[in-house]
Amino acid sequence: MSTVTRNPLVLGNKSYKDITDDILAPVEAPPGKRWFALFLSAKMLFLFYILHIAYIIATGMGLLGVNHPIGWGTMIITFVFWIGIGHAGTLISAVLFLFRQKWRTSVARSAEAMTVFAVMTAGIFPLIHTGRPWLDFWLLPYPNQRGPLWVNFRSPLLWDVFAVSTYATVSSVFWYVGLVPDFATIRDRAQTKLRKTIYGALSLGWRGSARDWSHYEMVYLLLAGLSTPLVLSVHTIVSFDFAVSMLPGWHTTIFPPYFVAGAIFSGFGMVVTLLTLVRIGFPQFKDYITIDHMEVMNKIIMATGLLVGYAYGSEFFIAWYSGNPYEVYAFTNRAFGPYWWAYWTMITCNVVIPQLFWFRQFRRSIPVMFVVSIFVNIGMWFERFVITVTSLHRDFLPSNWGMYAWSWFDTAILFGSFGMFLTIFMLYLKFVPAISIAEVKPVLYVGKKRPNHGGGH
Amino acid sequence: MAKSNTGGIAGIWLDDHECVVAAGKVREAGFKKFDAITPFPVHGMEEAIGIKRSFIPYVTFAFALIGLGAGTLLQVWTSSVSWPLNVGGKPFVSGPAFAPIMFEIMILFAALSSVVALFAICRLPKINPPVIDPDLTCHKFAIFISSEDSGYNAERCEQLLKSLGAVEVKRVAHY
Repeated sequence: MSTVTRNPLVLGNKSYKDITDDILAPVEAPPGKRWFALFLSAKMLFLFYILHIAYIIATGMGLLGVNHPIGWGTMIITFVFWIGIGHAGTLISAVLFLFRQKWRTSVARSAEAMTVFAVMTAGIFPLIHTGRPWLDFWLLPYPNQRGPLWVNFRSPLLWDVFAVSTYATVSSVFWYVGLVPDFATIRDRAQTKLRKTIYGALSLGWRGSARDWSHYEMVYLLLAGLSTPLVLSVHTIVSFDFAVSMLPGWHTTIFPPYFVAGAIFSGFGMVVTLLTLVRIGFPQFKDYITIDHMEVMNKIIMATGLLVGYAYGSEFFIAWYSGNPYEVYAFTNRAFGPYWWAYWTMITCNVVIPQLFWFRQFRRSIPVMFVVSIFVNIGMWFERFVITVTSLHRDFLPSNWGMYAWSWFDTAILFGSFGMFLTIFMLYLKFVPAISIAEVKPVLYVGKKRPNHGGGH
Repeated sequence: MAKSNTGGIAGIWLDDHECVVAAGKVREAGFKKFDAITPFPVHGMEEAIGIKRSFIPYVTFAFALIGLGAGTLLQVWTSSVSWPLNVGGKPFVSGPAFAPIMFEIMILFAALSSVVALFAICRLPKINPPVIDPDLTCHKFAIFISSEDSGYNAERCEQLLKSLGAVEVKRVAHY
């Protein structure tokens, strides 16, 4: 019988104790200068963001570029951008778990953290976009003294409220359940009373008895099974915000799969961006998040990039094939109208540049993948810009045409949102084990020979 | 499962495979109230100890149905009974339009109920659980035999665990 040898998932000659020591090093040691420098920069950007958000809430949405006819602008574009980023995290933590992809164990924790933080970052935008965020509780169906007057359950915008809040809740719970055994590890190693108390509380008194593990693994599987249709539903419903309208450029049936593929594409872009940096910041993680891990993710980027490219082409084909002049105009205008530069930026970043990953040496090169992943992030933001703005800016009547009045505040909230995301992510790297200790240990001997035991199993 | 304040004997291993083999032998020796404490879910441990498949999926399924029903009732009742509002000439009970929220509430109920069931079964949160060895969440693997087990005899258990290759055998006052 021939044996299939796999590349080891954990490099070096590690013991279980080494894994714990390596992964907990950033949590247990005082943070270095580089961490402080990055954290403070992120925090400054976050403060800058908060100030601009406060100014927008106090003054009004008119500070942004939204106008007639472009009623949806940076807030909605960036909301869809961040929600999409989150999808790769759930794909890694849930979908790849169901497919028994063992390599996911090293990257799942950080990817899932990215999901939770990206959804938090995203969630703020539609709440402010309502224009009067102090009345946002009107989004919820609660008994009230106005009838009671209920929300309109036939509106995709309301579906979004439920989809995004369910997604945020379930992802956070999934992430936290995964963290409980690792918090218990930190608790049992704690040298100070404060650390023992805090991590003891976070670990919920987890002990790791075989009966507990049995139920725990079942719940983990169930949450993965529930998150998988959930993540597909979330971006489907986000795409309904557009697709259920009657606007040429939005009213297309391809939107749900197209948005989901784009979300996974952009999310993997962000995972690669973050993990290349994490590998530089914590060199001991290179044995866990290996070049093989990065290469697999780059393959997914290329595959989903091709799917997205197919969707771009398909939209044009269907616009032509429909014979509907408004539909044809919407797409011609997208590629050759006043916003041609946004369209071609999107095509370049999302379809052309990821083709580099056909070559093995580029897939395995950290500088190349970092640069490509940045382009993917830029391209996917532009995709949402193109979909939102170019469809709105020229509709059926030329008297109703206009341009988006991009303002300083659009720039501020777009870049500021990265401040919020990175601040939370930096805190996460310091206080939470960035690789799942309890999940990496069982795959320690994948592709390796066990000491004291002949062969694997 | 042993009660929280009963003692017993714990043996500690440094290798997960040896611990699983030992757990199987402890079971063969006739013990029923014993447990393993490991830093990660060890492959084969459930079979070695004889733990039945978790029943949590039934909880998940029941609550998924409850969530689906709740989501349906909320939308149908508010839209057609409490204040029937004509939106764009659509029927008061707009089935397809209600599907997304029915689905989301179903998932929400199923996921949260599974986690609540896990916490209830494992009796989490525990405050200051007894620690047999702090390395049991890092690189050591333990088998604990409760003093409540019918065949329990401290010397016999110590002998058994040692003969199975435990690097350390401890008498534990609280489990």
